[in-house]
Amino acid sequence: MANALDPHAAIATVATGETDGTLRTADGKPLARALARSQTRARRRAFLLVLPLLAFIMLTFVVPIGQMLQRSFYNDGFSAHMPQLSQWFADHPRGTDPDDAAWAALAADLSAAAEARTIGIVGTRINYDVPGTRSLFTSTGRKARGGIEPPYREALLEMNDDWASPRLWSAMREASTPLTTNFYLASLDRTRNDAGEIVQVQERQRVYVMLFMRTFWLSLLITALTFILGFPIAHLLATLPMRRSNLLMILVLLPFWTSLLVRTTSWMVLLQQQGVINDILVWLGLIGNGQRLQMIYNQTGTIIAMTHILLPFMILPLYSVMRTINPSYVRAARSLGATSWTAFRRVYFPQTLPGLGAGALLVFILAVGYYITPALVGGSSGQLISNMIAMHMTDTLNWSMAAALASLLLAAVLILYWLYDRLVGIDNLKLG
Amino acid sequence: MAVPTYASPLERAWHYAYLVICGLIFFFLIAPIVVIIPLSFNAEPYFTFTDRMLEFDPDGYSMRWYDSLLTFGMQRPDAPRDLGWWADAWANAKWVNAAKNSIIIGFFSTILATALGTLAALGLSRPEMPFRRAIMAILISPMIVPLIITATGMFFFYSNPCSVLGWVGLPSNCGRLAGTYVGVILAHATLGIPFVIITVTATLVGFDQSLNRAAASLGANPRTTFFRITMPLILPGVISGALFAFVTSFDEVVAVLFIAGPDQQTIPRQMWNGIREQISPAILAVATLLVVFSIALLTTVELLRRRSERIRGVTPH
Repeated sequence: MANALDPHAAIATVATGETDGTLRTADGKPLARALARSQTRARRRAFLLVLPLLAFIMLTFVVPIGQMLQRSFYNDGFSAHMPQLSQWFADHPRGTDPDDAAWAALAADLSAAAEARTIGIVGTRINYDVPGTRSLFTSTGRKARGGIEPPYREALLEMNDDWASPRLWSAMREASTPLTTNFYLASLDRTRNDAGEIVQVQERQRVYVMLFMRTFWLSLLITALTFILGFPIAHLLATLPMRRSNLLMILVLLPFWTSLLVRTTSWMVLLQQQGVINDILVWLGLIGNGQRLQMIYNQTGTIIAMTHILLPFMILPLYSVMRTINPSYVRAARSLGATSWTAFRRVYFPQTLPGLGAGALLVFILAVGYYITPALVGGSSGQLISNMIAMHMTDTLNWSMAAALASLLLAAVLILYWLYDRLVGIDNLKLG
Repeated sequence: MAVPTYASPLERAWHYAYLVICGLIFFFLIAPIVVIIPLSFNAEPYFTFTDRMLEFDPDGYSMRWYDSLLTFGMQRPDAPRDLGWWADAWANAKWVNAAKNSIIIGFFSTILATALGTLAALGLSRPEMPFRRAIMAILISPMIVPLIITATGMFFFYSNPCSVLGWVGLPSNCGRLAGTYVGVILAHATLGIPFVIITVTATLVGFDQSLNRAAASLGANPRTTFFRITMPLILPGVISGALFAFVTSFDEVVAVLFIAGPDQQTIPRQMWNGIREQISPAILAVATLLVVFSIALLTTVELLRRRSERIRGVTPH
């Protein structure tokens, strides 16, 4: 192993055959080529060590993320089960009114889908774009199972006159190809009108942009709070003698090692209206028994619990940077006449910036994607975008929508991650 | 840190104020974890200190919530506590089953993550590793990408892992990993790997490569060199990495919610159910046990870190 690693081994003996002026190894090969070969071999060996894990991560992590991305813009729920109508849409440009052939194709596809029991999938797909249409498909499907008699248009309209709705036909046209941007549009509170133009959804349905904004705003606030609370602690730990700082470090590391659910539970216990903090405030006479504070199941709960949970991620990088700052710089500044505030502001603080950057980015990245804590202590005003993703995954089963929201969040996180790698370097990520 | 002798009275005052502020922040960090410990011994089903607890009346305290951890889900919880009762608890109690599942899943995912992660860390810390930065970024990403996104992706992938083969025209259906132990173990291994990579590469930073060359020059083959020279030196780092991976698995609930079936109920999953449905002080009893568990883990990691520093202290840099 070591021989292959060490290019110097190849020239252990001085080159002998100096007939053409090139340096050669002991066994007569040109030195440059032997060196290149040995380096290639070393590179290959190093890579082979990493390969099993890389393959594992590719399969269990990168591929699943890829599948999720694919779902966000690919949904064949309509096109796969309504082939004739999808073909009609492909043959006729937007703006064409549905003719007899279109109605015939719709009727044939509906009966076929009802026979194959896929009508629910089709209805669900259209329902994503035009809410309330799933039952239109399933109820028509029940009646159409035996086939529909011509004239198709009149027959279908008799079953339900919603079939004439231009909004419905526009949505079916959108869905007739599996590739769609509609889920991304919906993630940004946009939709398409009857003519297929992108418009904002009605005011009371605009939730996602607001949730994205809230997620980023709360994450920013939590990052700022962890900085305010983490900076003095990190400074104290970095300046105390090793023995005492190690002891105090336990107080930082214990929360870090304690289960997330345990910490969230503790905050639920502490913050609730009949909980410890309200009891103490009442006992101290600061508030009356009737005016106990509502500190949980709202944004306050999310902010307090997440600040507590993410605080160690700010303290640890700050601490490791502060530890390396030479105290004589501040003393030199003082001796040159700076006040302690100036010395801190102009000399000490700038040196802590790398740790501050690392900690802030890490806390922000983690906060943006938090799910468990807001779900448990956030109520409705403390919900973040990840709670919406979970809701679409488990309750509404609109997986494409969940995938689109997750993709947007992922894009944001990856940009921050890239920034972190550029500014701090992945190698400098330390734990504990 | 003491106040320097040249400090003005104002600076002196600020210094003590600063110490008080630090004390308050430490209190903020640790109090929520400490407070649940006495509350878990509450005799009443409340989440606050009762008057009797504050008077240190022994009747205010009880072990009933710890007892309920054993009896919850048992077939005959009121039977006399003989061997049959314990067998019933072992087989049927929900929290006992959750603990068993957590340990099984944690154990196997840790083994997998540690083995693959250590191997990769060895490769990554060689100077000649190609595309080092990019590969490292990919391998760390499961820690950075929000769990909800990872779990969403895994939900699609694990319900039909062979759908990928469909892209290249192969048969695309071969059963599912969702709802199986293997699925959860693979998912948890993925999430634990970044921690192993980070701790082991950090240990290898101070590793003297000439020790390997010395072993080779004395006739040891690569395998002997690894097991006799490298491994003992990086072992503390490997064990801390493994503990991190285990804790990650032991504390993980989102992936479990998305891909585990009813047979893979883990402790966090059971807690999640308990908190969402009917929160009772039994949750605090579990939480207390978990805090004790994390104290044990923290102590182990701290001891290992000191040992690692001591070993590396004698190694020339």
